[in-house]
Amino acid sequence: MEAVSKKYSRKDTGWRLFLKTIIARAYPRIIGQQREVSWLVFDVVMPMLAVIAYVLVYRALEAPEEYIGFVVMGGAMTAFWMNILWSMSSQLYWEKEQGNLALYIMAPNSMMAILLGMALGGMLATAMRAIAVTLLGSFMFGVTYEVTSYLQLFSVFMLAMIALYGMGMMMASAFLLFGREAWHMANLAQEPIFLASGFYFPIKSLPFWVAAGASIIPLTLGMDAMRQLIFSSGFQFGFMTVRLEIILLAVMSVVFVVTAKYLLAYIEKIAVREGRVTESRR
Amino acid sequence: MQTTTSWRSFRMAAWLGWLIESNWTDPFLFAVYSIVKPLSGAAILVIMYGIISGGNFNTPLFPYIYLGNAFYIYVGAVMTGVSWAVVDDREHYKTLKYMYIAPIYIPVYLLGRGVARFITGSIAVFITIIAGVLFLKVPLHFEEINWGLFFVTLILGVVMLALLGLLLAGITLTVARHEGFIGEATAGALYIFSGAVFPLDVLPAWIRPIGYFMPTTYWLELLRRSLVGNVAQAFPTLANFSNMELLGILLGLSIFFGVVSIWVFRWCDARARELGLIDRTTNY
Repeated sequence: MEAVSKKYSRKDTGWRLFLKTIIARAYPRIIGQQREVSWLVFDVVMPMLAVIAYVLVYRALEAPEEYIGFVVMGGAMTAFWMNILWSMSSQLYWEKEQGNLALYIMAPNSMMAILLGMALGGMLATAMRAIAVTLLGSFMFGVTYEVTSYLQLFSVFMLAMIALYGMGMMMASAFLLFGREAWHMANLAQEPIFLASGFYFPIKSLPFWVAAGASIIPLTLGMDAMRQLIFSSGFQFGFMTVRLEIILLAVMSVVFVVTAKYLLAYIEKIAVREGRVTESRR
Repeated sequence: MQTTTSWRSFRMAAWLGWLIESNWTDPFLFAVYSIVKPLSGAAILVIMYGIISGGNFNTPLFPYIYLGNAFYIYVGAVMTGVSWAVVDDREHYKTLKYMYIAPIYIPVYLLGRGVARFITGSIAVFITIIAGVLFLKVPLHFEEINWGLFFVTLILGVVMLALLGLLLAGITLTVARHEGFIGEATAGALYIFSGAVFPLDVLPAWIRPIGYFMPTTYWLELLRRSLVGNVAQAFPTLANFSNMELLGILLGLSIFFGVVSIWVFRWCDARARELGLIDRTTNY
């Protein structure tokens, strides 16, 4: 009788539930992913192959050494974009394929908290891979760095990450409606973005309006600002001033995260109404 | 195995592969999807080259990079097209076990599944080269192209790549996790070692022998030579070899890798059957 009347678990609600959901969803990405060492190897090796190829192209062209550093940095940042595409945007699609999405929606926690947890975990786990690519690339090709302002560098990086993962949360909502095309869409958003965002060359080299259009992707401005801040001659390759890029990234961070919240609620409603939450169109 | 069974396996697999590749969207979006990716990859190299050369596209290095990159599309498309069929059928559609008990010939079925990507890859290669000729002054003169050498090299190379794809498919059969990365990693490594976008001399001397052992090195060199002749021969790496010598090396290496691929596939296939890996799904 006592056992029946006794509370068998503590039921969290409100902010406590929200925070616990974030931590719970981030956990497998921060801790779980590190347990699979082979993942780490692949996540570092794949971007490194591109880095090596592009560095050797620059070497064949006898390009100035700064460009080698640009490629190494761009290669490291690809890890974040790939994480956004395959582990943020497509994540709800994968969950749907495996039958977990309906459970997510049925559970008494917020979907926004799940997305935030995914973002937080993905950001931290990917940062480790990006650091590994940077260290390896710098060691292999003798890249040297000269940071002009650590504070600005930290601000740019953090704001770029918040805006980028906010964008990833927005895209995750859109991918909720996709079926088989989700895989292809994520696949399509690789090389064109590497091109438009200037992962392997300064964005300033593109026509102004192309570069301005590509700036909607936070990594474009983030990389441009970071290149200016960590390479001695970086300022001459800058598309905008670092100060302006910081302001734009701050605006994007707020806009993307807030939009993601409303978009998620709206698209979740559509997906439930049209029966796409459990649908699996292979 | 009867010829009719092999042909039927190949034909149906090619059709199935085409439907899987193309029917997820309308033809227009599919065409855009097939073209945008490779063109973007080429555009990255063009911009890199343009920045450093100050927009001078008349050096021999530009067609070397551009054509090498364009034809390299086949490597990713054909090789991973064949090996990815294992991942798709086993993990995604969960039909590989049914394929194995159907009256078809599995290696030929897998080769057939690569046809769809060969077709989309061919379109991408064609459009990339045409864009280079029209907008970037790639020195391609139709009357000067050695068509015989071009088609012999192309066909030999595609067969060689398909057989390498079979090798990867065999390895994929025995691997539970990361099978999706195998094709990508191999294609990425070959991109570096084959001198696709830079002459092999740029590589450190101790790595170059790997490049000399890869059939793709000679394949890309012959394709360049057949299209732009002397421009491609401007680089010292393979300058001492005549076209026929390169063709002989390519043929020899293709036969060697072909035999190894078939042997590896058979071994992996037998092991996968023995260990019950044909219907294993990991949801990984």
